[in-house]
Amino acid sequence: MSSSVFLRGVLVTAEKNIKIYYNKAPVLIFGLLFPLFMFFAFYMGRKIELSVFLPGFLAMTLFFTSSSVGPLITPWEKQAGTYERLLSFPVSVNTVILGDVVAGSLFGFIITSVVMIVCAIFLDFVVTNIVVLVVAMILGTLCFASLGVLLASPSVRSPSHIMMFSSLIRFPLIFISGIFIPLQELRGTGRILSYISPLTYLVDMFHAGLGGTSVFPFAVDLLVLIFFICGFLFIATLFYKRNMMKGL
Amino acid sequence: MVAIRAESLQKKFGKIIAVDNVSFDVEEGEIFGFLGPNGAGKTTTIRLLTGILTPDAGNVTIEGINLGNNPIEAKMMMGVIPETGNVYVDLTAKQNMYLAGKYYGMTKEVLKKKSEGLLSHLGLYERRNDHVKTFSKGMRQRVSIACAIIHSPNILFLDEPTEGLDVQSRRLVIETINQMNETGCTVFLTTHNIEEANKLCERVCIIDKGKIVAIDNPEKLKNTFDETQSIEVSFNKKVKRDLFASDFISKIDTSGDKWLLYTNNPDKVVKHVVALAEKNGLRIISITTCGPSLEEAFVRLTGGKE
Repeated sequence: MSSSVFLRGVLVTAEKNIKIYYNKAPVLIFGLLFPLFMFFAFYMGRKIELSVFLPGFLAMTLFFTSSSVGPLITPWEKQAGTYERLLSFPVSVNTVILGDVVAGSLFGFIITSVVMIVCAIFLDFVVTNIVVLVVAMILGTLCFASLGVLLASPSVRSPSHIMMFSSLIRFPLIFISGIFIPLQELRGTGRILSYISPLTYLVDMFHAGLGGTSVFPFAVDLLVLIFFICGFLFIATLFYKRNMMKGL
Repeated sequence: MVAIRAESLQKKFGKIIAVDNVSFDVEEGEIFGFLGPNGAGKTTTIRLLTGILTPDAGNVTIEGINLGNNPIEAKMMMGVIPETGNVYVDLTAKQNMYLAGKYYGMTKEVLKKKSEGLLSHLGLYERRNDHVKTFSKGMRQRVSIACAIIHSPNILFLDEPTEGLDVQSRRLVIETINQMNETGCTVFLTTHNIEEANKLCERVCIIDKGKIVAIDNPEKLKNTFDETQSIEVSFNKKVKRDLFASDFISKIDTSGDKWLLYTNNPDKVVKHVVALAEKNGLRIISITTCGPSLEEAFVRLTGGKE
């Protein structure tokens, strides 16, 4: 398969997903309101430095928005009977997976950028390293959109089952990734668990980009996030191929 | 030239063999029917032929391209209307067609021209900007066909394309299949409707329990069993089955108030029935000789299942 045909398939799949699943008023409104609720829930009324809270808050926004819709696309398509048609087009499983990842990444990137701009207007914070911040956003959205696609790989027809499964995996991550308790203060099991969460490395990069103190060198954060992206995509491909006809 | 070649295809789901050593060729420009009872392996076979499923053993070649080795190149040659291939209901008819066309690398200009022509032909032009969720089943199937033929494929695969459609939509679908075929497109279709296969297809293949049980043109298949010819007769009075006993009659059935007498010698049976009527003082209300039927051949070949 030529790379241009592959790329075309990825982009058309991403465009389809954005049109059908992301470009909906409830999804967009939820995408913007969710960070606001998170902000009120975890910042207001707490004696916490904004510079300590903000990197974790932005990472959490990026994490939830990038991985929110991805897990549901395949179950929705199987339920609606459109998945077989999609596979009949000149695409491979990899094309479909990457198309889903690109759509999820774009959604996460746009929502996080809007939230960041709003924060810049209303809150007092300084971007110390824009390059680190942009790289973090790109890698973070790709990583968590890939996680979202991986969460869809059980390939059942019922989106509600995937929703529960997805929440079960995603929510615990925010408590072990240095969002509420800074990584430096984590000890014992908490510290060990934080190392296996990809969100930890994104939070760390955001700290580096927003003038805070990062725990790991930039190269480590970068390589670990790339490793997670590759790992999620590889496992998703295996599961998708195995479960392709399940639920049709 | 061979458009579709299936060689020793096999597919298992757990311990169940869904497709068992299936081989056939479909010639370019042919309309090829694939018939079988429910669960016979029709949909699995079409999924193997269209690259949606990978066979456990065997090969599929599309226009000389090995589907296993070059799936995308092979898929570019075909248009597919899958059994569960619904279109996107949150998109308009036009958006669905554009989406399909983009996957095949069509430019906006070509897509505009092609989609407008197809929308008009399929009676959807007025509703082109309406969401498909507001469409009837027949209209959705027309959108589905439009998406499958937007890129003028060399081969068209249709899995039960007229299932559950109203008469008008069914006619439009059949007319579109014929028109595509007239332009040189090879058509591979699965159907439950044996009469439809009889009218449309140049050759039919009958599959049962994953194995091919017959493959030939409809007329030859009809004549596979001599007894598929019958005499349909009704009398002014009720008569008993025993009345018809004859060496020339292989099977006797009833259909409403009519008797169906299966035979390989209609001439003798007609004479026999007339003689019986005279002898027993019966008046013949109607008598018809029925040619061999593909349906009867299908039922016999698949062990009595429909």
